Amino acid sequence: MLNVQELRAAYGESEVLHGLDFTVAPGEIVAIMGRNGMGKTTLMKTLMGIVPARSGVVSVDGTEITGLKSHQRVASGVAYVPQGRMIFSAMTVQENVETGLTVTGKKKVPENIYELFPVLLEMKGRRGGNLSGGQQQQLAIARALASDPKILLLDEPTEGIQPSIIRDMARTLRRIRDERGLSIVVSEQVLSFALDVADRVMVIENGNFVHDSPRAGIDEARVSKFLSV
Amino acid sequence: MFSDYSMSELGAIFAMQGFAGLILFSVFVLMALGLAIIFGQMGVINMAHGEFMILGAYVTYITSNVFSDYLPALFSIYFFVAMVLAFIASGLLGMAVEWAMIRHLYKRPLDTLLATWGLSLILQQVYRSVFGAREVGVTIPDWIMGSLPVTDMIEVPINGIFVMVLAVGISAAIYILMYRSSWGKQVRAINQNRVMAGAVGINTEWTDRLTFGIGCGVAGVAGSAFTMIGSTGPTAGQLYIVDTFLVVVFGGAGSLLGTIASAFSISQAQSIMEFFLSGSMAKVLTLLTVVGILMLRPQGLFALKLRK
Repeated sequence: MLNVQELRAAYGESEVLHGLDFTVAPGEIVAIMGRNGMGKTTLMKTLMGIVPARSGVVSVDGTEITGLKSHQRVASGVAYVPQGRMIFSAMTVQENVETGLTVTGKKKVPENIYELFPVLLEMKGRRGGNLSGGQQQQLAIARALASDPKILLLDEPTEGIQPSIIRDMARTLRRIRDERGLSIVVSEQVLSFALDVADRVMVIENGNFVHDSPRAGIDEARVSKFLSV
Repeated sequence: MFSDYSMSELGAIFAMQGFAGLILFSVFVLMALGLAIIFGQMGVINMAHGEFMILGAYVTYITSNVFSDYLPALFSIYFFVAMVLAFIASGLLGMAVEWAMIRHLYKRPLDTLLATWGLSLILQQVYRSVFGAREVGVTIPDWIMGSLPVTDMIEVPINGIFVMVLAVGISAAIYILMYRSSWGKQVRAINQNRVMAGAVGINTEWTDRLTFGIGCGVAGVAGSAFTMIGSTGPTAGQLYIVDTFLVVVFGGAGSLLGTIASAFSISQAQSIMEFFLSGSMAKVLTLLTVVGILMLRPQGLFALKLRK
């Protein structure tokens, strides 16, 4: 579904991603793990067209999206839940979700989004900025799903969220995958969450992948060694 | 100072003064609405806002001449045609300016200030070269002239009522566009987080261009309406720009309701004080009050309370 070849990205002169290659199969959930500053967020932003790729090819479902603007990538089926959630805090919950509908041309939020996150339906008239962290995270995911994506990118979704909600989130993400058949790429530092949610775990270090293994039969000790400071 | 007047005369004076204040209020609202979109929602400091208004005024002037030369039978309704044309002309110029200049400066707000100030000088010179340095007057259809007698002593000018109706109509239209349409949602999303707005699928470049165009178009309509009140000259836009920014900043950038409330309080304060004091004293007192309030409340009258 997602195919990345030789992807390089840089801030000015300093290259952060040194030629990444990976593919995500349809319906697969991939966790990209790594410590701070290893390039997880840059990878997400490069896939989304927020940070320009220096070279390399990114394609979704066979269509190349390298060089497209963010909104064109959304139209090609990529959706993004950024680190820190970045919901539109002065807009109501419903309006936030509706911004995600832009590329679909729909006017009304599909019911199944509120079925996933009933709390958002209860709070649809409230301003996004007045929700709790966990609710904002759900809102950011709902907003991303509104564009009807083929691939969902989540950047550190567990950051700043209480442990009980993290478990729910892993379950919800798997449910979204099962119901919609989309692929999910999630960047993560929390190993337990990654093991809960992912079918495959990759480790990024200094802009290169250093480990790639399916969830079944993963060497947990080895992965956690990559993550320890 | 009231001893020379009888009670009924005083009542009439207050009523007419209050009405004059309402007309000034409508003028302020018309001036400020376009800027409330451009400055309030997009954060662009558009110093050429007055010149976009004057473009609307000149379009009205041209339209009135065309109608009186070629379509004298329809002269009484030319004003509505002129307002539509003013909206289109100013809007298109606005979109062109956004494409050529503003879009390169979104990350440099202070440079926008300089660039749009330069644009205002260029436009002034263009108007001077095309229409001449002298002010031009627009022939107003008869039905807008004159006044409506309410009682023996109280009369209200019809052009004032026209401006008020226009101000209410345009405010309502902008409110609906801003808070009920998908365009409005996109504008507000971009205003809060440009990068993220793009990443949820909003075509930020096109929305910015359209928004700037609509803001300038509304300025053009305001300029068109002002031909009924004053004459139009190449530099007349400069007279409006200070008051316009004052109204938008005082109301709280980003709040349409704030803009209207601030236009109301400033215009009423000014017109009531003008009756008792000299015009410039009234202006000084109004400005001092606004400065004082803004020092205590830098975010303006109406600002959203949110968890950060």
